[in-house]
Amino acid sequence: MAALFKARKALAVCLAGCRSLSQLAELPETHQLLRQTCRDFADRELAPIAARLDKEHSYPAKQIQELGAMGVMAMEVPEELGGAGMDYLAYSLAMEEISRGCASTGVVVSVNNSLYIGPILKNGTEEQKTQWITPFTTGEKVGCFALSEPGNGSDAGAASTVARQDGDEWVLNGTKAWITNSWDASATVVFATTDKKLKHKGISAFLIPMPHPGLSLGKKEDKLGIRASSTANIILEDCRVPLDNMLGPRGAGFKIAMQTLDSGRIGIAAQALGIAQASLDCAADYAHKRTAFGSPIGKLQAIQIKLADMAVAIESARLLTWKAALLRDSKKPFTKEAAMAKLAASEAATFCSHQAIQILGGMGYVSDMPAERHYRDARITEIYEGTSEIQRLVIAGQLLKEYQS
Amino acid sequence: MSGRVLVGVKRVIDYAVKIRVKPDNSSVVTDGVKHSMNPFCEIAVEEAVKMKEKKLIKEVVAVSCGPQQAQETIRTALAMGADRGIHVEVTGKDYETLGPLQISKIMAALAKKEEAQLIILGKQAIDDDCNQTGQMTAALLDWPQGTFASEVSLEGDKIKVVREVDGGLETIKINVPAVITADLRLNTPRYATLPNIMKAKKKKIANMKPADLGVDITSRLEVLRVDEPPQRQAGVKVETVEDLVSKLKEAGLV
Repeated sequence: MAALFKARKALAVCLAGCRSLSQLAELPETHQLLRQTCRDFADRELAPIAARLDKEHSYPAKQIQELGAMGVMAMEVPEELGGAGMDYLAYSLAMEEISRGCASTGVVVSVNNSLYIGPILKNGTEEQKTQWITPFTTGEKVGCFALSEPGNGSDAGAASTVARQDGDEWVLNGTKAWITNSWDASATVVFATTDKKLKHKGISAFLIPMPHPGLSLGKKEDKLGIRASSTANIILEDCRVPLDNMLGPRGAGFKIAMQTLDSGRIGIAAQALGIAQASLDCAADYAHKRTAFGSPIGKLQAIQIKLADMAVAIESARLLTWKAALLRDSKKPFTKEAAMAKLAASEAATFCSHQAIQILGGMGYVSDMPAERHYRDARITEIYEGTSEIQRLVIAGQLLKEYQS
Repeated sequence: MSGRVLVGVKRVIDYAVKIRVKPDNSSVVTDGVKHSMNPFCEIAVEEAVKMKEKKLIKEVVAVSCGPQQAQETIRTALAMGADRGIHVEVTGKDYETLGPLQISKIMAALAKKEEAQLIILGKQAIDDDCNQTGQMTAALLDWPQGTFASEVSLEGDKIKVVREVDGGLETIKINVPAVITADLRLNTPRYATLPNIMKAKKKKIANMKPADLGVDITSRLEVLRVDEPPQRQAGVKVETVEDLVSKLKEAGLV
């Protein structure tokens, strides 16, 4: 009898820990509750102000703090360090709902979670985690990730920012470009070459507080979309940090960056899903209300076909995103799936926002309706955290490995 | 006062949903429609949780009556900070005819069973707008009531309640145990935090039926017909004030 109880308990524990594909069909109760909570927050706190944030290019500081209080700014971080202690499926759900309300707020959340906290959580020492993660869980401080440079984006191995050791300090010189959150951040993860001869194996990762002597910011870029988040260059001129500020081993920078981006892709895929879904919501609602030729335009096949195509694009990208998240949560390889998710979701976002404007007609072109903002917000998802072209190369690389005899 | 608070939470159609009446005019469409916790119940839960955080009370118990889905509403209350839940299962036709009289009988029975010192309810539900459950519960228990509360504070062994009434604000002091119903301005309900959503999974929800509490839930009311509000008629534009006055006189309104 006792043995039977033990076995049943063991099975229950095993099943509970097993991230199975059945979760793709119906989410666990906690995740449903989380999704609903984030959706309520997005509907009540983000959607009503998103247009103004976009118009004024203003950072949603209050909302980021509220999200911090909820635990959304550090979803994967264990509770002891101040985070929510949740899994990546939960993070994907939260990201989609937040981005559906406001894509700019979504990217601020994503960069903090995946690109800033992510690498420190995985590669940091205990002191580094306490110093560089805990203050960034509440929403009061956000971080950023500085990999790209004016001279290299996709070509990340060619980092020309350098770091040399001078006594008990690292001295960094160089310029980083397109850094999201830069103007609002209190710290950054920076990648610099420590050993030029080793090429991409000579890149290391560093933690730099902001502001800091030797670190300055370029002008805020005037972007097409996600305007409430700041994007600028980070300029390092003899920027000195203690030796302890190196993240991970010397020369591990490129590997850390690639691993970080693998996970970051799931967050950005979810952001793209949110934008795509918001576009579909806008278009479907309009199709019910707008009449032409005597009936609501939703009765016309031309509109119906567009809506169907949009829905399929979103749902398939969503399932890819959830699968990538579930694989990561099960500690299985997920590089290919994450790239597929980001590719599918970002192309879904641009497709859906394009079609939404088409369905709205003239109304889609003016700022009275959110369709034009979704169109502008969607565009960047095919570019940052790995362009669609790079995603295809990653997918092909993984795929061909599978077929190697 | 350091006891147990019961909070009633009702699952209603979400406030943002456009309500549609069934073609047979028997009731409104609920299938596949988004439901959430009644907004006034959210305020009630928030008040109870705040009292617990101030260490004025020890335990918050969330109660909901209805079918299986009522458990979602209880989980939301648990995620906001309630300690445990009680799901009184009522399904089918019984659920359709469930109203303030039956709920107040259930709440009264639970209050006695749980030895509660305070019951906090929303002032009314946004689906039926009855505004009766709190008052009936207090009457059945012979407890004092502080309804339409916009401010609640404990003063010794009494509760001071500031009530929103038509003429303004009325302040009363009532003995414990008591029933309080929450009005809009009592507080701003919190969003559940993610750690609390995780913790809510482990909190217990007890299941029972009205019969277990000795409560008869037969309805004394029969709904004859449900209709949509009349379509808004177009108005008439007039050019001058004289025209307006003559039109009003014509319609016998002046």
